[in-house]
Amino acid sequence: MSLVDDLYRETILDHYHNPRNHGCIENATTSVEGVNPLCGDELTLYLKVNEAGLIEDIKMNAHGCSINTASGSMMSEAILGQTVERAKEIIESFKNMMLTKGEELPLDEEMEDLEALRGVKKYPVRIKCALLPWNTLLEGLETAEAKPGLSSTLSDSK
Amino acid sequence: MQTLNQPLKTAETEPDLPHSYSEERETATMSSLDIDKIRRDFPILRREIDGKRLVYLDNAATSQKPLSMINCLNEYYQRYNANVHRGIHTLSEEATALYEGTRETVRRFIDARESCEIIFTRGTTEAINLVAYSWGRQNVLPGDEIVLSPMEHHSNLVPWQVLAQEREAKLVFLDLTEDGEINMETAAKLIGPRTKLLTITQMSNVLGTITPVQELARLAHKQGAVVLVDGAQGVPHLETSVQSMEVDFLAFSMHKMLGPTGVGVLWGKKEILNAMPPFMYGGDMISSVARERSRYNELPWKFEAGTPNIADVIASGKAIDYLTTLGMETVREHEMEITRYALSRLKELKGITIYGPKDATKRGGVVSFNMPDIHPHDLGQILSDAGIAIRAGHHCCQPLMKDLKVMGTARASFYIYNTFEEVDMLMAALREADKVMGNVACR
Ligand SMILES: Cc1ncc(COP(=O)(O)O)c(C=O)c1O
Repeated sequence: MSLVDDLYRETILDHYHNPRNHGCIENATTSVEGVNPLCGDELTLYLKVNEAGLIEDIKMNAHGCSINTASGSMMSEAILGQTVERAKEIIESFKNMMLTKGEELPLDEEMEDLEALRGVKKYPVRIKCALLPWNTLLEGLETAEAKPGLSSTLSDSK
Repeated sequence: MQTLNQPLKTAETEPDLPHSYSEERETATMSSLDIDKIRRDFPILRREIDGKRLVYLDNAATSQKPLSMINCLNEYYQRYNANVHRGIHTLSEEATALYEGTRETVRRFIDARESCEIIFTRGTTEAINLVAYSWGRQNVLPGDEIVLSPMEHHSNLVPWQVLAQEREAKLVFLDLTEDGEINMETAAKLIGPRTKLLTITQMSNVLGTITPVQELARLAHKQGAVVLVDGAQGVPHLETSVQSMEVDFLAFSMHKMLGPTGVGVLWGKKEILNAMPPFMYGGDMISSVARERSRYNELPWKFEAGTPNIADVIASGKAIDYLTTLGMETVREHEMEITRYALSRLKELKGITIYGPKDATKRGGVVSFNMPDIHPHDLGQILSDAGIAIRAGHHCCQPLMKDLKVMGTARASFYIYNTFEEVDMLMAALREADKVMGNVACR
């Protein structure tokens, strides 16, 4: 398979050129910054989690590479409307897909698009790009859980 | 004699390169470097990446190595290996002579007065830290100012940040012009009576800018300040004389100038070095040790605690010999031509942003650029797939990236073995990258 088949698939380029859930949330319950120390790419992730633990809204402000941007965009779609609990499971299975060597575990149906990122595994330096939004989200969810009920303050985590 | 315009040929004993470039090019009066012969001296340049010829354009990160240097390492371990400055046996005497001989080679290369002013370190980073810890802690006081350019490598910024915080001193940044040159008008005001140190790169590893070191040094000396030059990019590519630059310290790394990794040089004026306390303590840097106190060795050993990187220092001498044989003026001439060619070709790409001085005489062979809507990471990856090695990212210059309002850039950097053909291959690969990413740039 060529680089184009592996890495620069149509799905990825589509998400790169038109990232979903791009922007910021005014009354976010949590905001987190993520940095890829390798290239200096930064992103800010905003979450709105309601009292019932449902992710009502997610937005990202990022100017990253295609892999980073596409991964974040797909993540936002997979996570929107889920419970924090379920979101964590999704993060877990995505990270498993990206980090395990050998056996290839299939992803759940709702994560179908994310399959496109499997090709990134062949390019170890880029795995970090794909994981940045996910690790940032994980941090955000943990912050959100640490202070339930807070609804309108922007946390200045980090 | 071969020039860059002629197809690349390899020696009879070596396999043919996978591609041949016979296409005539109109451009080009070429430098007097025999590139064909040079390329044969660098075994790695025959490597293929997935069946494609390696095009190595990441020389600002580290250069490739000539066989003479590689063989020297081998020979050292096979024939001379011993610890230096200690033994009275033959091997130790020979190793010491070779090690100290390299100090003299370095002295000549940078036109220093005395070889005791040459201190071997691990690299530029360690050389700068040595000055920051030893000279800095001794001399920088609250309220003092450290002047630097906004395009310094993190290794010539972070040590000063830490020192400034510790000493309540202030960092003062020079201004850059649109083209990424030092604004000399404001420099004359920013360098003032509180300036204790001016520390500046000889050549930017991002913009390629060659800085007017001598002019700046004069301004600083008028205020009684000390001047350090980060020569990591300058020394490998420009004829360098510490005396005509009129500076006090020069730091550089051998791995960027055909030498092995793990060797750097700090040159400093003898009077200043003599007044500085040691940076590290232990063996080799002492002249006598009693239970309670010790006497320190004289220059340069006072600053070389412990067993030094003997083999790599000796092999560094071969790297310098290689450059000296070519002649640094010729090296510079070649790089100016290839940079001029690269700048003119890159401009063909619609929407491309090229950073730094437009005039090749004012810059080294480092060309940073961005293609519209293509992240440098993606560019680097797609180019790598075509066998082309460039660097993508912030190049350890995050503050400068902020000034340029980008997260990073793509950077191609040239050296003595690079050819016009390779610039053409870079161009073809950039067009291909644009296609892969959805034809955003070259419409
Ligand atoms: C301008 C400049 N200064 C300092 C350094 C650091 O050199 P080293 O990593 O060899 O210590 C570099 C190398 O990347 C550089 O380009």
